Amino acid sequence: MLVIACVKQVPDTTQVKIDPDTGTLIREGVPFIANPYDTNALEESLRLKDKYGFRAVVISMGPPNTVVTLRKALALGTDRAVLLSDRVYGGADTLATSFVLAEAIKRLAQEEEVAMVICGKQTIDGDTAQVGPGIATRLNYSQLTLVDQILNVDLKAKKVKVRRKLEGRHEIVEAPLPAMIAVVREINRPRYPTVPMRLKSEITDVSIWDNKFMNLPEELVGLKGSPTLVRKIFSPQRAKGEILGDGANMPKEAAHLLIDTLIQKDILAV
Amino acid sequence: MNPVSDLGAVGYILFWGLTALAAGVFLFRGYQLFRLISLGRRSEKFGHLVKRAFTALGHVIIQKCQFKNITRKDRGGVSHLFIAWGFLFFVTYYFFFIIIASGFGISDVMEKTKIYGYYTWVMDFVAPFIVIGTLWAIIRRYIVKPARLKGQQTAEALIILITVLIHPITHVGKIATQIAAGHPPAGLGILTPALSTAVSHLYTNAATIAKWHSFWFWSHWVFVLVVLGMIAYTRYLHIIAGALNDLLRRTPPKGTPERIDLNDPSSFGVDRVDNFAWKQLLDSVSCVVCGYCQEICPAAITGKKLNPRLVIRDIKTNMLKNGPFITKKQAPVLPLIGNDQEGSVPEEAIWACTTCGGCMEVCPVYIEHAWEIIDMRRHLVQMQAKFPDELLNLFENTEQRSNPWGIAPADRAKWASGIETKPFEAGKTEYLFYVGCAGAFDARNRHISLAIARILDAAGISWGILGKDELCCGDSLRRLGNEYVFDRIAKDNIKMFQDRGVKKIITECPHCFHTLKNDYHQYGADWEVIHHAEFIRGLIKEKRLKLNGNGDLGKVLIHDSCYLGRHNGIYEAPREVLAQAINHAPTEMKRSLNRSFCCGAGGGHMWMEENVGKRINHERVEEALKEDPRTICVCCPYCMTMFEDGIKDLKAGEKVQVLDLAEIVAQALQ
Ligand SMILES: Cc1cc2nc3c(=O)[nH]c(=O)nc-3n(C[C@H](O)[C@H](O)[C@@H](O)COP(=O)(O)OP(=O)(O)OC[C@H]3O[C@@H](n4cnc5c(N)ncnc54)[C@H](O)[C@@H]3O)c2cc1C
Ligand code: SF4
Ligand code: SF4
Repeated sequence: MLVIACVKQVPDTTQVKIDPDTGTLIREGVPFIANPYDTNALEESLRLKDKYGFRAVVISMGPPNTVVTLRKALALGTDRAVLLSDRVYGGADTLATSFVLAEAIKRLAQEEEVAMVICGKQTIDGDTAQVGPGIATRLNYSQLTLVDQILNVDLKAKKVKVRRKLEGRHEIVEAPLPAMIAVVREINRPRYPTVPMRLKSEITDVSIWDNKFMNLPEELVGLKGSPTLVRKIFSPQRAKGEILGDGANMPKEAAHLLIDTLIQKDILAV
Repeated sequence: MNPVSDLGAVGYILFWGLTALAAGVFLFRGYQLFRLISLGRRSEKFGHLVKRAFTALGHVIIQKCQFKNITRKDRGGVSHLFIAWGFLFFVTYYFFFIIIASGFGISDVMEKTKIYGYYTWVMDFVAPFIVIGTLWAIIRRYIVKPARLKGQQTAEALIILITVLIHPITHVGKIATQIAAGHPPAGLGILTPALSTAVSHLYTNAATIAKWHSFWFWSHWVFVLVVLGMIAYTRYLHIIAGALNDLLRRTPPKGTPERIDLNDPSSFGVDRVDNFAWKQLLDSVSCVVCGYCQEICPAAITGKKLNPRLVIRDIKTNMLKNGPFITKKQAPVLPLIGNDQEGSVPEEAIWACTTCGGCMEVCPVYIEHAWEIIDMRRHLVQMQAKFPDELLNLFENTEQRSNPWGIAPADRAKWASGIETKPFEAGKTEYLFYVGCAGAFDARNRHISLAIARILDAAGISWGILGKDELCCGDSLRRLGNEYVFDRIAKDNIKMFQDRGVKKIITECPHCFHTLKNDYHQYGADWEVIHHAEFIRGLIKEKRLKLNGNGDLGKVLIHDSCYLGRHNGIYEAPREVLAQAINHAPTEMKRSLNRSFCCGAGGGHMWMEENVGKRINHERVEEALKEDPRTICVCCPYCMTMFEDGIKDLKAGEKVQVLDLAEIVAQALQ
């Protein structure tokens, strides 16, 4: 049985700067990383592999350089990596992305039964948190979001029991397999790769599935298949707020100034 | 007179039989140990064997191992000097005047030679010295019991000391009865002639005296042979293993672990004793259990699980226990890394080392504890991905963003946003100022970077920086056992330096200094790397800097950082610069120079929690506060952080400030 982790490669947003003139992101020279939530999704898939003996697969849709991120997944113990990469997939929104991913999962399911698809809760660049649910809907899988613990997988009864982390409460939910599980970061601590695994991952093939292979209608993928239109990206003007004192060199004074100002503005009471 | 030939053929059979037996026992064990040690991995190559042999022999003769450690507080080494020097005389004596003279029945001829005469004369003084030295050692170990020898009142040690005590006595008995029997050697001292007179008074019968002589001779020789056998089986072994360990010492660069071979997984780390390099196994059998290492170790002193002496003992025990199985290609029975059992090194101990190098500095037989510890860390990190939780961020951040905090690399040049700096360009700038992560990102340490910049400008130096292209040097990762990532960082840095034509590098941090200079040297890098303390000293010497002897720093205390001092031998430069900057010599701490005490941040500990025992920086700051300084001078950004934190914790911030040498110099610029 397969457990499939969906991993997106995203720009390292701590290093993304906004161009002050155009208001757009300066992506040039910014390194790519695995979407942080997805490192937890991946880790959870590996834990399920360790515990239940699933075969772990990682899939991603993205440009060819995503191979680097997928190799890291292989170094952590994933058995197989599949990259969906084709020019026609570019510019996809959540609808088109979930379509291609779901189609890829279908192909994998033809080879071996899929138990679970694990996604991150959201990405740090698109931030929509829609792709996971999109996949579940398209494949008609159980949809378990905001999961912070997988409590039990019952392979005989084909059921999974998870805990969902909601505001101020937890929810324990049981659902039939196959299931799509979108995880929050608290679910686990990602592992670190060993050197032999890193070396092995360097010589393991990443399957690259282009659209010739996938054979999906072009009007349903990429920009063409995306009803979302990005009109403008901009950073909101700072309406309020000011920089008080010189925190770097005189932190004490700056802190005093801050407290005084907050008291003046009636935000703090003495 | 020859008690051997006196017994005729029986005498020779007895003499050579016993001698061969002891030699056999000795050689058998020697072979066994050789087999065990050769289970180890091949080591780095080393050359100059003849030169090394002379050096090692010289060290044995002058007993350098002892002089390293004789201090006003600890004079234990003096007793060892008496014994060791005496022993050297005895060994020569046995060879010529017992084995050759008595064993081949030519003692009557040899006894008449001048050289024998001189030798006996000398031995007359040597023998009592050994007795005094040994009695002293017994009293120290079993009555005075200094901390260094805590728990070392073992039966083995006592038996060894007693044999050391008895053999010169039997020698004296042998000579005294020989003289009394009318066969005085050609030269005589004071002791044996006096004793011989007593013997002559006691026994008038020549035959009785001859019998006594025979008794002393045989008991003396049997004792010597017993010791020969014991050398191979007890701590006596250090006589041979210690000298060998000196002879086969790893070649510099000092203070660096060996590289790993990415094609050979057995070199990725050590969790089986046969994964150590053979030299490290030789280390383990060389230990004399003197305890100097545990006495200087900051981890041991502050109550951590680590005791460098026990690490070495455990490696040895493990080798003796598992060796026979490994030789037969069977699995080891005792884990090397694991529990509290003797022969296993606890994981907690492996993580507690700050790689301060104290142990290696004082070890009389040149054991390299820290690199053995790093080899075990390598196993944990590289083969098992098992390490203290807090290191995950460090590893990811350094790999991903090339700095320990994971701050955006684009912010690397921010420290210099208020000043004018040039990018390093070969031909246009002479020196690369390699700022390092702490100097670039840490708010406090950025002031040191600015101070260095000011000094360089004041001296008219042509310098540049790499700005946001600068990468982490990888020191912490390497000392934490993450050699794979370090290897990549090192190669990236070296490539960048080569591409940009970097030839001379000034560093702010001793860790960067050590890494760029010594660790990268293992990759063939041969640029000039200078720490700012040395560079500033040069500028002052060349009169390119004028300092005005700043007065308002109060009493200035100096702290030696491990990676400048012990690992690189730079002690004088910061002191000389300070003396110029403040117009007088700085105050020394109780533990200073090569016996300095770590700030607690080395070996990756800058990024680790310290929950067990006393905090190392508290121990050091307390020591500093005893001198009642107004200013503590450091030369390292890590020391800066550890001292400032310690001072804050101990609520001494009002009284004491911590300044880097560069800051003091910048303040004193005219
Ligand atoms: C307002 C808006 C602006 C956009 N701007 C741009 C833009 O400027 N440039 C651009 O290229 N795209 C842009 N997009 C497209 C968008 O960023 C993604 O490509 C989108 O399809 C994926 O959604 P998400 O990143 O929000 O993922 P989420 O729905 O937040 O992701 C949830 C989980 O789904 C999985 N997942 C998501 N994407 C993938 C993938 N590709 N491969 C594998 N697993 C995946 C991961 O497990 C992830 O944790 C924009 C989208 C929107 C809505
Ligand atoms: S290097 Fe320092 S901390 Fe490590 S074992 Fe030696 S003395 Fe102790
Ligand atoms: S390791 Fe060196 S310093 Fe430590 S006890 Fe052994 S011989 Fe002495």
